[in-house]
Amino acid sequence: MSSIWIVRDYENCSGCRRCELACSMHHEGWMWPEASRIRVFMPFPGVEVPHLCAQCDDYPCVESCPVEALSVDGGTTAVIVDEETCIGCGACAKACPGTVPYLHPRDRKATICDLCGGDPECVKVCREAGYNALRLVHEGMSGHRKLFARNPVDVAKDLAVKFFGEKGEELIV
Amino acid sequence: MTPRGYAGKYLNVDLTREKIGDVTFPEETLEQYFGGRGLGAKILWDRIGGKWSEVDPLGPENVFIALTGPMTGIYPGGRICCTGKSPVSNGTVGSTASTEFAHELRTAGYDGVIVSGRADKPIYILVTEEGGEIRDASHLWGTMGEETLKILNKEVSDELVSRDPDVGLMKEPGMIYVGPAGENMVRNACVMTKLCHAAGYGGYGSVMGSKNLKAIVAKGRGPLPEVYAPEAVKLLWKRAHEHLISRDSFRRQGTGYGGWSTGNFYSSEPIRNWQEEWHDERSFGGPMFETRFWVKKQWSDFNCTTGCMKVSCVKTGPWKGAITDNPDYELQSYCGTNFGIYDPEANIHLSALIDNLGHSGIGGANTMGYAAELYQRGILTEKDVGFKLEWGDTEAFDRLARVIAYREGVGDVLAEGTYRAALKIAEMKGLKPEELLRYAVHVKGIEVGAHGTRSDEDFLAHDIGYAVNVQGGDHTSVVRDGYHELSGSVFTDSAVICNFARTPQELMFDFAKAVTGYPITVESWRRLNGPRIVTLQKAFLLLGGPDVTWEPVRDDENPPRFYEPLPSGPFKGRTTDRELVRRRRLVYFETLGWDERGIPKKETLEKLDLGFLEKSMFRLR
Repeated sequence: MSSIWIVRDYENCSGCRRCELACSMHHEGWMWPEASRIRVFMPFPGVEVPHLCAQCDDYPCVESCPVEALSVDGGTTAVIVDEETCIGCGACAKACPGTVPYLHPRDRKATICDLCGGDPECVKVCREAGYNALRLVHEGMSGHRKLFARNPVDVAKDLAVKFFGEKGEELIV
Repeated sequence: MTPRGYAGKYLNVDLTREKIGDVTFPEETLEQYFGGRGLGAKILWDRIGGKWSEVDPLGPENVFIALTGPMTGIYPGGRICCTGKSPVSNGTVGSTASTEFAHELRTAGYDGVIVSGRADKPIYILVTEEGGEIRDASHLWGTMGEETLKILNKEVSDELVSRDPDVGLMKEPGMIYVGPAGENMVRNACVMTKLCHAAGYGGYGSVMGSKNLKAIVAKGRGPLPEVYAPEAVKLLWKRAHEHLISRDSFRRQGTGYGGWSTGNFYSSEPIRNWQEEWHDERSFGGPMFETRFWVKKQWSDFNCTTGCMKVSCVKTGPWKGAITDNPDYELQSYCGTNFGIYDPEANIHLSALIDNLGHSGIGGANTMGYAAELYQRGILTEKDVGFKLEWGDTEAFDRLARVIAYREGVGDVLAEGTYRAALKIAEMKGLKPEELLRYAVHVKGIEVGAHGTRSDEDFLAHDIGYAVNVQGGDHTSVVRDGYHELSGSVFTDSAVICNFARTPQELMFDFAKAVTGYPITVESWRRLNGPRIVTLQKAFLLLGGPDVTWEPVRDDENPPRFYEPLPSGPFKGRTTDRELVRRRRLVYFETLGWDERGIPKKETLEKLDLGFLEKSMFRLR
């Protein structure tokens, strides 16, 4: 299998957060927005930012883990967390340029998108609804991916200007 | 305990004593009243029902309640339901708004927040899994909606991250808040949430203001409550979304195409305070909004694929920087045609301003249109108002919205809402109340939604739709026949899910059953649960007070204007049939087991387990 990646078109995101529900039903067995591997941030209403692993080509999170609990899936190139090994120190979250990983609210284990093993639920529900804010692509590893690993509030500040012009500059602090 | 869709507890806050604790309700109460509108009414009866007529809705003795229901967040389109003794109807309204606040509250472990008393300085309440905290809001008092959101989002997000910095990022909290209109106790002010989402009817923004309560903020990190039959719910969830996704034109347009079409096709749109209900101003058509201003064509709230809202923004000209939703039909009409304005740019500006001030885009704008008609008729003069108030003058209406929100000059009178303002102006001018009330378009103090009854072509409102509605002019809860709507809006307001995320009744009620495990059916809601809630609300209205008590039958009526013939359009000359209203009102009372004056009968109270109302209803019979 070639590397797969979820393309994110922020301006198409409606903010329905069905991706969070589909993800958490798949991984947790029930609706759990803050345990979803994709989370939609909304620093200002109307400015919704799907936030998920960007699969950096140098995987700083994997590098940062003091107990080698993180690895890269040879097929999908997703980051895989070994929950038995993870000590919940939060180093991966700090190492990530976009602070994407977080500690699970139940057990404080690192939580990162595993691409559902190759067929991500979030992409399916987004496509079903016709938004296509998330799309799955099969492509070789790319240095551009890492540029998407950004703090969602910073992304929202840019989007706000795109949507609202000058007014957008003052809405998010 | 069997999982059944409830987080399991409610946050109880006494602002006077600064005490916070958790409360629960018996299983039987939850099954009978469900949540939101129903449960809110029951909580109010238990807390203040015995002295209802003496409770000042804007006094510390009133209770402000924000509730979810067992389906909220799980079924598509979750909302929050705000209630309390209404400062406009003196009864209760289950006033709902779509918002992420609702599921944040539930994932923090709470199904609702019940606030009594009054804080001695501005505060907000923060709800997390640790419980509730009363926090200083002095720096937020006086801020407009956009500013409130900006400050609170940052402040609370930073604070929560600092409490556990290793955990990584968490999404921003959800919140309900009031703008300056709520703070200054403009009677019909909204509880606001997000940017332009509002629990509008009932005036609960002023109740929050009266308690010095600027906002309630919630952040949860837990799962949504467990349900009775999770696998069934997951399947029904998929089917419900498939249904919503199949509604192409509604998803594309939302209600934001209504500003022209409702006037033009149905002839039921408020124009210059309902002096007309028809127009052919194509400048105000849906595509004019969509093409020029919609920067996001699909804007949804949590767990909703309807996305009836669209984000609009004005980027050039005098109203540059105005951001709001479509505007939706109600505000296209009430902050557009109702002011004699047919310019989408001006309409977006006024809608955004009204939201920012925390006015009701329906109620507050109705009062503004009412003032403009009095100006047109020379009853209010330039000297009274402080400026010229001509139809179509955007700057004049901009100014009027502000003077009402800050209760300046004539604004102080208009801040009492259309009905009470009419009485005050009559007194000021030495006129008879009827001379002022004939232009006041309200039912039981609640300004009527943007759907007229005269053409009889509207898709919502007909003859008794508002006249006998226990929520007065509330167009989201219009009466059809005392039967169908009980499994409709009475149910959705109590389950606290969105009317625009409705699916076929069978699917919706299967969902409710799978979530709660209660033996819920469409029939049980039409014959027991629904009538129980509406009868309790009716009792509150009948008790009323202290400043207003509605008279049975006389006040179960449409506003006088709805009996004037339509002056223009394809249905020119048509008007509401007074005799039909009289007959259908009686049938409605009979259907619900109320007497010919609309007072619930003893046997009805017994059947509905409302025996606690008998003492007070006996006195009225």
